[in-house]
Amino acid sequence: MKRYVYINDNESSHELYCDNRISNRKYTVLNFLPKNLWEQFSRFMNQYFLLIACLQLWSLITPVNPASTWGPLIFIFAVSASKEAWDDYNRYLSDKKANEKLVWVVRQGIRKHIQAQDIHVGNIVWLRENDEVPCDLVLIGTSDPQGLCYVETAALDGETDLKTRVIPSACMGIDFELLHKIKGVIECPNPDKDITRFDANLRLFPPFIDNDVCPLTIKNTILQSCYLRNTEWACGVAVYTGNETKLGMSRGIPEPKLTAMDAMIDKLTGAIFVFQIVVVMVLGIAGNVWKDTEARKQWYVQYPIEGPWYELLVIPLRFELLCSIMIPISIKVSLDLVKSLYAKFIDWDTEMIDYETGIPSHATNTAISEDLGQVEYIMTDKTGTLTENRMIFRRCCISGVFYGNESGDALKDTKLLNAVAGSSPDVVQFLTVMAICNTVVPIKSKTGAISYKAQSQDEDALVNAAAQLHMVYANKTANILEIRFNGSVIKYEVLEILEFTSDRKRMSVVVKDCQNGKIVLLSKGADEAILPYAYVGQQTRTFIEAVEQYAQLGLRTLCLACRELREDEYQEWSLLFKEASSTLVDREWRIAEVCQRLEHDFEVLGVTAIEDRLQDGVPETIETLRKAGINFWMLTGDKQNTAIQIALSCNFISPEPKGQLLLIDGKTEDEVCRSLERVLLTMRITSSEPKDVAFVVDGWALEIALKHYRKAFTELAILSRTAICCRVTPSQKAQLVELLKSCDYRTLAIGDGGNDVRMIQQADIGVGISGREGLQAARAADYSIGKFRFLKRLILVHGRYSYNRTAFLSQYSFYKSLVICFIQIFFSFISGVSGTSLFNSVSLMAYNVFYTSVPVLVSVLDKDLSEGTVMQHPQILFYCQAGRFTVSLPFLAFFPLLYNRASESEYICWMVWSIFVPCNCCVCDHHTCLCLREK
Amino acid sequence: MDTDRERHRARETAFYLFTQQSLPACKPVLTPGWVIAIFLFMGVIFIPVGLVTLRASHCVVEIVDRYDIDCVPEPSRMDKVSYIQDDSIPKNCSRFMKVHKYMKAPIYIYYQLDNYYQNHRRYVKSRSDKQLLDGQKYHDTSYCQPVESNNNRPIVPCGLIAWSLFNDTFEFIREGAELKVNRKNIAWKSDRGHKFGKNVYPFNFQNGTLIGGGKLNPEIPLSDQEDLIVWMRTSALPSFRKLYGRIEEDLDVDDVVVVNLMNNYNTYSFGGKKKLVLSTSSWLGGKNDFLGHACVFVGCSSLTLAIIFVLLHALWRHELFTLEQEKLFRVIRTRSTYI
Repeated sequence: MKRYVYINDNESSHELYCDNRISNRKYTVLNFLPKNLWEQFSRFMNQYFLLIACLQLWSLITPVNPASTWGPLIFIFAVSASKEAWDDYNRYLSDKKANEKLVWVVRQGIRKHIQAQDIHVGNIVWLRENDEVPCDLVLIGTSDPQGLCYVETAALDGETDLKTRVIPSACMGIDFELLHKIKGVIECPNPDKDITRFDANLRLFPPFIDNDVCPLTIKNTILQSCYLRNTEWACGVAVYTGNETKLGMSRGIPEPKLTAMDAMIDKLTGAIFVFQIVVVMVLGIAGNVWKDTEARKQWYVQYPIEGPWYELLVIPLRFELLCSIMIPISIKVSLDLVKSLYAKFIDWDTEMIDYETGIPSHATNTAISEDLGQVEYIMTDKTGTLTENRMIFRRCCISGVFYGNESGDALKDTKLLNAVAGSSPDVVQFLTVMAICNTVVPIKSKTGAISYKAQSQDEDALVNAAAQLHMVYANKTANILEIRFNGSVIKYEVLEILEFTSDRKRMSVVVKDCQNGKIVLLSKGADEAILPYAYVGQQTRTFIEAVEQYAQLGLRTLCLACRELREDEYQEWSLLFKEASSTLVDREWRIAEVCQRLEHDFEVLGVTAIEDRLQDGVPETIETLRKAGINFWMLTGDKQNTAIQIALSCNFISPEPKGQLLLIDGKTEDEVCRSLERVLLTMRITSSEPKDVAFVVDGWALEIALKHYRKAFTELAILSRTAICCRVTPSQKAQLVELLKSCDYRTLAIGDGGNDVRMIQQADIGVGISGREGLQAARAADYSIGKFRFLKRLILVHGRYSYNRTAFLSQYSFYKSLVICFIQIFFSFISGVSGTSLFNSVSLMAYNVFYTSVPVLVSVLDKDLSEGTVMQHPQILFYCQAGRFTVSLPFLAFFPLLYNRASESEYICWMVWSIFVPCNCCVCDHHTCLCLREK
Repeated sequence: MDTDRERHRARETAFYLFTQQSLPACKPVLTPGWVIAIFLFMGVIFIPVGLVTLRASHCVVEIVDRYDIDCVPEPSRMDKVSYIQDDSIPKNCSRFMKVHKYMKAPIYIYYQLDNYYQNHRRYVKSRSDKQLLDGQKYHDTSYCQPVESNNNRPIVPCGLIAWSLFNDTFEFIREGAELKVNRKNIAWKSDRGHKFGKNVYPFNFQNGTLIGGGKLNPEIPLSDQEDLIVWMRTSALPSFRKLYGRIEEDLDVDDVVVVNLMNNYNTYSFGGKKKLVLSTSSWLGGKNDFLGHACVFVGCSSLTLAIIFVLLHALWRHELFTLEQEKLFRVIRTRSTYI
């Protein structure tokens, strides 16, 4: 399962791996027609219409001109086929553009300008500043003497900040000219779509270096579709090309989502089909009986005594064709049309434009708008979704002293400022950790001002706060960090970075103080990842109190810690770390294990508290939507206390007397089980009381509950209108959505970050907030909005109207088809059950298209209630949500419907006949009359 | 220029309003006042219209005479089919029709057939419109099955409909003098002009072993064979009337019209009825009470509803008008649109 990439070897890899031709096309010119037709005919409705159209070619049984079915059928197919073809053609054009772009590639030791599609695995590709990366490359050289380069990965993950990439240590210092001739082998896994991992090894061949294996990580790669920034040039070895790049692998179309209404329409179609078969059989038998008893006496019909062998089938088949109009062929086209209009209405809505950033709302998925009106559960992320994700450093606790408690802003606390001015060692150490324990890149502008490029908002807040407290992280050149504090410059050499993962919940750096040569481990992380590992004897009680106090205020807390390392301890560990870093299997787990060996016996320095303000209008939105009968679940990676605090401040849960919070916790299975049962019991008792009961569960207990007590937890999920799940991982978020979906609820997931993508894709409707954590969520979502408060309008206005309109339209489509069909059926009883069509082909087509389909499309503009009324009385949404329950048994709803249609047709027939039968006589002189014309 | 720009702006705003789903719209709220007014209005409109229609219908004088049984001589009544199929027996028959009310010319003569399925699929499809227009020049007569050719030569007009042409004839005598019957212009003008060829003459018609209905004069083009044209406009229902001709003299009360008819057409084998109808017409056409009754009925029920609503409204006025209730009504109304 590995691939070996030989650098600069032009022959060997050509057959093994594909070239760099990107192809997003679904079809080719040759297979377009068969493939597209095959896809369209995989739908039951289309198969049905094709069968009908084929039967109509048999002139003995067709009641109407075959053109009246073939015409619309071909039209519908042509429309969807040309839409597909157009999309595919556009994809082809953009592929072509990317494929034919010229890039510099080394061929036979000389740099050449070739088309991007001719790059092969193992080729060395040269890039200039602001070039787009044509395929996945392993860096081997840059213009920077330290081997750094910066890339913008917006196209990959939507994050607009620059990321640093570094050449592997083995390639360090290779001469510019020699890079053309470099030889070696890269051992890397087969292509996958994980853009955060690349576990590979590099070995260069002599004369470049002795046969030493050098580990490669994602930091040593630049991936397809990124842009090279702030770097004069860079070159790299192509490892994955064409559709096998990380981006290419992660492309691919997700399963199309089906709305409740679509499912309903399919069910209804099925039911009508069954009914139709019954009608056909009854009429077929009646027709054959009538033929044998009556029609043979009617000399003017001249029935032959002996018919062909299929004679018995002829009349039923005729009725099948007559009744085929029962299933409206127009419904799919009309619905597609109006649905795309709903989507456009969302795009156009000026009230859903985020004026701060100018981002309008956007409906990526045009097919599911009516589901918005049926949402029952909303699963929301906290950070960046309910809050602004604009982190501000507010308070801190350094060695037991609380700063910022009075003013609410530690940066203005004179106590702290004095401590900084007096260079109190605890404070200085604390600020040092704040300033350098991170992966922030300082960028100096021409005016000398320093700005920071940070991947996480927390780090950004900490570095900025440290700078304001005169601990300025000034420069980073290769591994040397430069810090200015009170006029002096301190330099540190970064030895290792132990990166943050959501499992470890902390990150650390190992630095060497350039002044005294001491090696120090600096760590920051969640309280439960730091405080238990404090050295024996340190009093952590104040810190625990501080964490609690801050969490009560809804602040995000981080604990900072450090430990001095002995030289030999570090060296020993460093080898282990290096080994772990170069493993190909389970690298992340191995690294975590090795990190654990270093991250203990901390000296805890203090606690920081960062504020993340609520977005505008969040409490109102939640209140309104809850009135509309929508249940809210908060799924967050944050701490329990912070989550509860935020939940309280945004009306998510009510404070004590009115609301009640039930806790599910426990470390072992038994504890979780007991706690779950207790909560369930309380929930059952209080479910009748008008009390807001919510349960809180953390990731650990959730894991156990989902694994072992799924049934109990499901019951709890159904009983509870509100839930807060904290410390949950992305996959747990998705699991929770899955759980609610399996209970047949319509779920909507809303989030803003990469960790919400799975939940967004899992939910019936995914909404992404195009926020500060990049566009990853917004891109994966069905709808993207700028702010949480637009959700109210999205559901109550757009969702509700779309639902009503689609409901009306689909019901109407069935209605009009049934009406005309029943007229035909009634007519058959007075035309000798012989299968005569009352309408000629043109009238029938005109009825289906011009009289009943086109004018009714105007209903997309229909608003049953004004927007203001709906917003004021969100309870009205109950009807939309209930809509699907009343019809979940199609027959209950279907038969009254049929009965109505039947009686209606009866009235119509009766009226028409009563008027025309007597006046049939005077046709020829004064009046038109009901006359039968065939064909 | 200015108006152009204004128009452009207007269009732009209209599009903007459309995108915001806020195009001006009216939403009639069915308040009691409105409902009462609408029902009242409907009552006021429909009752007079119904009465006028009824009156027109009543002015029409209609005499109907069923002759299919009476025209079979007593001894043959046991086996009417063999009587009608026996060519050697003369089929003439006399009927007396008494005019009970003054009939103003023109008086329309119809024959009415009951239980005759001109709308049967086999029957209705058995014709060739192209041949009727183009004659033998048009060769494809497959639509005309089973009466398409005889002795390997095409039949014009082909098909079951033409083959089963109605062939009873009627003569009218009043007080010894024959009443003139106008048999021109009884078919649709469009049929005569555009559907039946002016140069198409009957050919090889009713020459086979099985003879259905009437024969056609091969000297007269199809566009002038109005009996055929009327017959070929098939009826949608199993009992129908077809125009035979017009009497262009007034008939007085107590006039007795003697009808000498040739009872040729076989309806006995399938139990059909044959009737002769004399009818005048009004501005609304023939005798048809249904339209008038329907209008009067709708008008009366609207009026009744209006009165009931007025009473209800007077009794519960102050309660009906609360905002909450109106909202409730709206919701209930909305409710009906869900699948």
